[in-house]
Amino acid sequence: MAVSADHIRDKLTKELGAVHVDVEDTSQNRCAASYKVLVVSPQFEGKPLLQRHRMVNTCLVEELKEIHAFEQKTLTPEQWDKLKQQ
Amino acid sequence: MNSLIRSTARCLRSGATVCLLRPADGPARAASARFLCEAADLQKDLGELVKKDKVVVFMKGTPAQPMCGFSNAVVQILRMHGVDRYASYNVLEDQELREGVKVFSNWPTIPQVYFNGEFVGGCDILLQMHQNGDLVEELKKLDIRSALLDAEKESK
Repeated sequence: MAVSADHIRDKLTKELGAVHVDVEDTSQNRCAASYKVLVVSPQFEGKPLLQRHRMVNTCLVEELKEIHAFEQKTLTPEQWDKLKQQ
Repeated sequence: MNSLIRSTARCLRSGATVCLLRPADGPARAASARFLCEAADLQKDLGELVKKDKVVVFMKGTPAQPMCGFSNAVVQILRMHGVDRYASYNVLEDQELREGVKVFSNWPTIPQVYFNGEFVGGCDILLQMHQNGDLVEELKKLDIRSALLDAEKESK
């Protein structure tokens, strides 16, 4: 299975009902597969940060085995709108 | 008769770094059984380790010399809050620890931060907690007064 930005984006969108996903391949900054993701999903509503991150980790459990470095930001649609307005 | 001898190599208190030495086992045990037993022992050790100190960090490198940008970020954030004395474990020195802690925390990456034996998260989470003020609150629960509170007072 090839881990790619598109693959990650699709999986997050499908499994977490994400309304917006940004996947940045940061591998060129490091020597191995690295990604930075932003996931916006109503499923994060009411969930503490750790739980949200665990949801993402669970969704990408297979991919993460091949990824060396991983950054994530998890927002609800409301938080995402607020951020965009800044 | 085999006996497992656990030894902790060094324990330095300022930015404490502890190495877990894996025990040398006798040849009688089958390789896979030994692996499973050691892995289980490590999980048990980790359970105790994360409770031994208020703040525990599993990182790449040491607080004095971080070997990864994310680990460095955790060290810097803690330093900003005046948290300079905590237990840190360098996963680069111990491959079993590096894999074992990921299993223990059910978390795929390093660094990993524990407060009072409870998993807090990695660099992303610590950074967000620092930015939204939660970190000051969490440190308060540990009876640690964040240096940022004093910095605020001085500027008023």
